[in-house]
Amino acid sequence: MLSYLIRRLILVLPVAFGVSVICFMLVQIAPGDPLTAIMPIDATAEEQAAMRAAYGLDKPLAVQYAIWIGNLAQGDMGKSIATGRPVAAEVFGAVNNSLLLAASAAVIAFPIGVFLGFLAGYFRDTWIDRAVTAASITGVSLPNYWLGIVLVIIFSVNLGWLPSMGAGPGGSQAWVWNWEHMRHLILPAVTLSVVPIGIVARTVRALAGDILTQDFVQALYAKGMTRMDVLWHVARNAAATALSVMGLQLGYLLGGSILIETVFNWPGSGFLLSNAIFQRDLPLLQGTILVLALLFVAMNLIVDVAQAAIDPRIQRT
Amino acid sequence: MSATEDVGYDPTPDTGGPAQPLIKVQNLKKYFPVRGGPLGRVQAQVQAVDGVSFDVAKGETLGIVGESGCGKSTTAKLLIGLTERDQGDIIFDGLALGEKLSLKDLRRGVQMVFQDSYATLNPRMTIEASVAFGARVQGLDKPEDRARKLMDRVGLDPARFAHRYPHELSGGQRQRVNIARALAMSPRLVVLDEAVSALDKSVEAQVLNLLNDLRAEFGLTYIFISHDLNVVRYISDRILVMYLGEVVEVAPVASIWAEQAHPYTRSLFSAMPSMDPDNRTKEPPLSGDPPNPINPPSGCRFHTRCRFKADVCKTKTPKLAGLSVNAKHMVACHLHDADSGHPKAGQGVPS
Amino acid sequence: MALAEPEMMDGREPAPMEKPQGYWAGVGERLLQDKLTMACFGVLMLLILSAVFAPWLGLADPYKGSMIARLKPIGTEGYPLGTDEQGRDMLARLIYGGRLTLFIGLMPVVFAFFIGSFLGVLAGYVGGLTNTIIMRTIDVFFAFPSVLLAIAISGALGAGIFNSLVSLTIVFIPPITRVAEAVTSGVRSLDYIDAARATGANNWTVIRMHVIGNVLSPIFVYATSLTSVCMILAAGLSFLGIGVRPPEPEWGLMLNTLRSAIYINPWLSALPGMMIFVTSLCLNLLSDGLRSAMNVRD
Repeated sequence: MLSYLIRRLILVLPVAFGVSVICFMLVQIAPGDPLTAIMPIDATAEEQAAMRAAYGLDKPLAVQYAIWIGNLAQGDMGKSIATGRPVAAEVFGAVNNSLLLAASAAVIAFPIGVFLGFLAGYFRDTWIDRAVTAASITGVSLPNYWLGIVLVIIFSVNLGWLPSMGAGPGGSQAWVWNWEHMRHLILPAVTLSVVPIGIVARTVRALAGDILTQDFVQALYAKGMTRMDVLWHVARNAAATALSVMGLQLGYLLGGSILIETVFNWPGSGFLLSNAIFQRDLPLLQGTILVLALLFVAMNLIVDVAQAAIDPRIQRT
Repeated sequence: MSATEDVGYDPTPDTGGPAQPLIKVQNLKKYFPVRGGPLGRVQAQVQAVDGVSFDVAKGETLGIVGESGCGKSTTAKLLIGLTERDQGDIIFDGLALGEKLSLKDLRRGVQMVFQDSYATLNPRMTIEASVAFGARVQGLDKPEDRARKLMDRVGLDPARFAHRYPHELSGGQRQRVNIARALAMSPRLVVLDEAVSALDKSVEAQVLNLLNDLRAEFGLTYIFISHDLNVVRYISDRILVMYLGEVVEVAPVASIWAEQAHPYTRSLFSAMPSMDPDNRTKEPPLSGDPPNPINPPSGCRFHTRCRFKADVCKTKTPKLAGLSVNAKHMVACHLHDADSGHPKAGQGVPS
Repeated sequence: MALAEPEMMDGREPAPMEKPQGYWAGVGERLLQDKLTMACFGVLMLLILSAVFAPWLGLADPYKGSMIARLKPIGTEGYPLGTDEQGRDMLARLIYGGRLTLFIGLMPVVFAFFIGSFLGVLAGYVGGLTNTIIMRTIDVFFAFPSVLLAIAISGALGAGIFNSLVSLTIVFIPPITRVAEAVTSGVRSLDYIDAARATGANNWTVIRMHVIGNVLSPIFVYATSLTSVCMILAAGLSFLGIGVRPPEPEWGLMLNTLRSAIYINPWLSALPGMMIFVTSLCLNLLSDGLRSAMNVRD
């Protein structure tokens, strides 16, 4: 297990390096001069050159990257062009809200997905199976930003039960554990949970179906085990794979929440990202994406290790 | 089978005359690295083929036998360049591979028939296309014509089979296709790697007869790899025995059948069911699995399973040498080497 | 797979006289029998054809608005599906909208299919250092959830059709490369590749004649399964305002501009999303149908 952990950690390093290079390159591929956003339009050539030198933009790319990474290591992700606040502060507040949303969606999606998938796998080729399969394919085909709008139309506009925007009353940005804030969480979390429900259900259905037809399950019945015992065995065997799919989905929820946050004006990283894009706030864009990607990498790592802990066979590969 | 039309078999011309071996293999080595650990470094070497040497004369059939994992198939793949050798020389009719002979030219002269008749045929290609492929690659004229004539020659009616796919054929039919495919390049040497092992006994006999006919008709030389001693005896002129990547014994069929000089060969033969109840060997069969080729035993590699082992066997590697009674019967065992230092050196294997 | 069956003594067993069937003929036959898949195919063809031939369908001008006819409800005289926030005919805009939406939603997968297959087959067949370089680079892109990567690149490049195509193509190259590599290394280890190499054929000939034909269908099926996600993402970029620019009709963009109307005419504002949903559902079902017709297992 320790050797596996070390191997896995070593594999993460080049990936993290690659992620940082891609995030660094994002600013380079952006059209126009990064200075135009901060320089007055009538700046002279000398002023521009001075500014360029001040920001280190006159140095070769590799040097610029090294400086950028060096600052990152000290927790300095630069300043937001739009607000002037440090990018790190902006990002971490927003990522917190996104994590809350993603986690809530996961809490809704995973039990439902596992339950439906198991039901379909157990009652394979019955009407239950067909209904779950149809529902899950519908779920993964739904553009969730549209689903969010439809849910707003039903529950906010027509029924007036739930708020349609923001994370709390009066444009509250910070989460508080009270009913008013919870009410704001329901619609975005439900919207976000639909795609992972479909994917988890599909995966679990395939797993349960495959395992139930395997020889060893017959052997368990033959040994005189009860139906519940057999189910427990099957569940444990499917757990590792199901867990990895769910872990991956948790990561995708973080990425996928960007569109949903825009629909619901949820003050998370996605909302921050779309603001950064419209204000051409490249340091903020870069910082947000870097943090989200590294979070995703870390999540994958945790999932892999957890999976290996449950199923020792994985450690050998 | 009725007289067949001329299939246009045109092998490359003989250069060295009948006395020059068609293929000469010297000190062939292939180690496969085993990676592991956190950084995936090479941690060990599987010594699949370790210093194998032999000759095959023109028109001869050499049978290679041994347990699975002894390096038979790796040897075959090295001979045709499918696996790159680490060391050693392959000399085809006097021309050394890599010096005067290119890999492509070697493959014009040497072809191979594999064990799994289904896996060796591209499932998306018709039989005709599969057979013609090699001839086209080698730039021979009219590859399709050649393919159809060869299909007919190996007993598959081209009108019926040419446009079929591999899954529509039986195992025996597919192996005929594989033979036709190998012959489509007009090779002089054909390596048959367990080519009949997967077939039913009756089909196996048909294919063996076909191989014998083809050898006579086209002047072929065979290297016939199998674990089935009876089949090897039927088709071979000489038999080579491998153990853990090394040659332990080479001898003409009659000679080795009469007297197995190496304790390993003897055990191998004794494991074979005999038809004659009076002629059963009393030799106990081999026990246990062959040792791990990653760390083969020192000295004589067979000493861990040998009934006659002495201290010298653990330290000194025996050399392949001709028996005093018959120089063509070669064996690598201290029992036969008077100077080896074995307590019973020079006495041969006790009966 | 197939076991040896008894043969007649001369090996010339009578062959069944039916015409030997190639792989693709079988796939076509199975597809034709799959009603759901054919229905999805029909809906998609209808969407594509109506988008392509929109100018000849006698529709209203999708760009011409009217200040007095804004947000007319569905079923209004002269506006069968109502009008949008600028008084433009919704039916015309939805049909014309299919042009850009489907183009940007499908083409990136097509591009990524060619590029990813090339990289994956190369990595899988050649192996060694080439494989390491290609696949480790691909791993880095897998560190980004696809939505995030698409938004990051599009956000940096800025809005525009070309930029959307570029960013979405980049998003779908890594998964296709990974599948192509896995399938190719599987095929590479099969005996018939060895048999083909043993003829003296060079790598390029072996890849062209023996590898491509056997890896393309699983890669293709996998690529089709990505089209639905690509559609949703492409429209999502426009929805965020970093895809197609106004006033072009495009479903994602229309969904965005109509958001202001959800309190006035809610169901009208949901229509463009309905189109995205139907298309993506059909693409998913079609891909599933293809998978089973082509006998591709995951």
